[in-house]
Amino acid sequence: MTKENKRKASRFPGIMILLLLLIVLMFFITLGTGVITISPSDVIRTILGNGTDRQELVLFDIRLPRIILAFLVGTGLAVSGVILQGITQNDLAEPGILGINTGAGFAVVLFIFFIQDSIGGVFSVFIMPLFALAGALLAAFLIYILAWKNGVNPIRLVLVGIGINAGFSAALAILQLKMNPQDFRQATVWLSGDIWSADWTFVLALLPWILILVPLALQKSNILNVLRLGDDIAAGLGVKVERDRRLLLIIAVSLAGASVAAGGAITFLGLVIPHIARKVIGPLHHYIIPVSALMGGLLLMVSDTIGRNVMTPTEIPVGIVVAILSAPYFVYLLMKEN
Amino acid sequence: MLSLIHRSKTLKLIIVLLAVIALVLSLGFSISFGAADIHLSTVWQAIFNFNEDLSSHQVVQELRLPRAFAAVMAGAFLSVSGAVMQGLTRNPLASPSIMGVTDGAAFALVLVMAFLPGVTNLGMTMASFAGAGIAVVLVFMIGSFSTGGLTPVKLALAGVAIGTLLSSVSSVIALHFQLEKQLGFWLAGGLAGTDWASNQILLISGIIGMFVALTIAKSITVLNLGEDVAAGLGQNNILIKIMGILTVLILTGAAVSVAGAVGFIGLIVPHMTRFIIGTDYRWIIPVSALFGALLLVLSDVVSRFVNAPYETPVGAITSLIGVPFFLYLARGSSGSDKK
Repeated sequence: MTKENKRKASRFPGIMILLLLLIVLMFFITLGTGVITISPSDVIRTILGNGTDRQELVLFDIRLPRIILAFLVGTGLAVSGVILQGITQNDLAEPGILGINTGAGFAVVLFIFFIQDSIGGVFSVFIMPLFALAGALLAAFLIYILAWKNGVNPIRLVLVGIGINAGFSAALAILQLKMNPQDFRQATVWLSGDIWSADWTFVLALLPWILILVPLALQKSNILNVLRLGDDIAAGLGVKVERDRRLLLIIAVSLAGASVAAGGAITFLGLVIPHIARKVIGPLHHYIIPVSALMGGLLLMVSDTIGRNVMTPTEIPVGIVVAILSAPYFVYLLMKEN
Repeated sequence: MLSLIHRSKTLKLIIVLLAVIALVLSLGFSISFGAADIHLSTVWQAIFNFNEDLSSHQVVQELRLPRAFAAVMAGAFLSVSGAVMQGLTRNPLASPSIMGVTDGAAFALVLVMAFLPGVTNLGMTMASFAGAGIAVVLVFMIGSFSTGGLTPVKLALAGVAIGTLLSSVSSVIALHFQLEKQLGFWLAGGLAGTDWASNQILLISGIIGMFVALTIAKSITVLNLGEDVAAGLGQNNILIKIMGILTVLILTGAAVSVAGAVGFIGLIVPHMTRFIIGTDYRWIIPVSALFGALLLVLSDVVSRFVNAPYETPVGAITSLIGVPFFLYLARGSSGSDKK
């Protein structure tokens, strides 16, 4: 490890504390802002159980689940991006660009269209992630198969991903038109990346996925470190390259699928966050993963707050805010990439 | 067989003739098929022996004909744009939709609708040109400022990024000014509701754009041998490129302002054409126009079929046709690329 990277790694505790502070700060700002403004002191009073009924309703039933959901979705997508970039040795890999999000989206729209009405509302919230997961896995599988030609070339992977993305989008457009107006609205809003409808059931549906898969990824971070050196070196160091890659791929796809089911199709977040994290903390994945997890959550909280407040009463879907914030950074990366 | 076609002028002419016949047939089909099926003989009468009192004649004259012609022109323009872009950049993935040009045009259209609500059809088309221009300039700027030049992959990714960015901003504007429906239409592409006025705009832009495209066709062929070779032969490459980009802006801008962002036609048609007809752009450009027109007319018919009585966005149909082709190209072209 170079001196530079050692210096970066030593910043880890400080950066984690800084990020946590920012998240807490953002948490209170977000709780207080919106159509009904609640002052910080009132926020604290309400959390302690001394607020008015109206304040309690706004905070506990509307804003709090939404903030937590935003954080979890951001975390899931960011960690998924870290893993995908690691295993494909490609800095431009990301669940959105690769078409995994759209695949999940396609499955969710199928679900809204065919199944949702036949099983009850609350139950369907927990089933939806499974469908999203199936769609995400299908997309990942297609990409992997189609990009395979004597091994998987990172560039081919991204190009094939763009194609798969376009294909699923077209299929979605056709499917959506067959829906009744209410389902159509739900699907459209959901597809632009959105957490408006957030309530506690969504939080509960996503939480286990994050709690299981992120630590699992963290535990595999050594393999990610080695894989980034290239397949040959990794194999030489005793990593079973294809097997571990597939396992990590499943973790990444599951994280993306579950996040997309809860938060809609959000592009670029999984690309930009790992880059910033790497820049700040160096190349070791047991640092990158936690830093990315917090950064991703923070970015989505910020984006959601911007989306809710910048053009009131119109709400901008969070996915659009994320795209506007991070597409320029993607372009910058593209220009630097050799 | 193919190499024979590449060499023989007569065979090329036969192919052109076949394409024209196919186009006329599919036009007839497109005009007669719809919510109310109109017999071909009635179509014939409506065109050459118009009777104001018959509703079927009215439908043909006011709805079906303008729509069919718009499909012909939009398909032709997008294909020629794609052919010119692929020729200029020598990049197999270059095309209006991949490079975000269509998103740029839609962006400008939304902008104009939001801030200048009373704008005329001509104004809309002008905005569409400008928007297409913004996207092209952005993508090329990314290319020229990036280390290692504009590889096919980078071009595709830059297009995705610029396209996403522009369509995101469009969505924000559309949400604020309640223009979601119009934006949705442009992003999905569709030919319902085209009238004679939009055909006029298409025709004028088409004449200018096709004229320039055909003028520089020979130079594009030379440019394909390599920039140094072309310069050595005394060709002014910069001038050719500027003229080429102008053509793309005019043709794509006009097509998008009428038909919305119809994806993938500009990508696949030039490839098919090159495969059949060879590498001479004096042939590629007109034949691409024919094939593109044919493809869009047929896709438009399919879009009325799939989910009748509702219309499916024609862009979704062309994407479904185009994606497998794109995947094939992606597997082929990047196989030889180094990592």
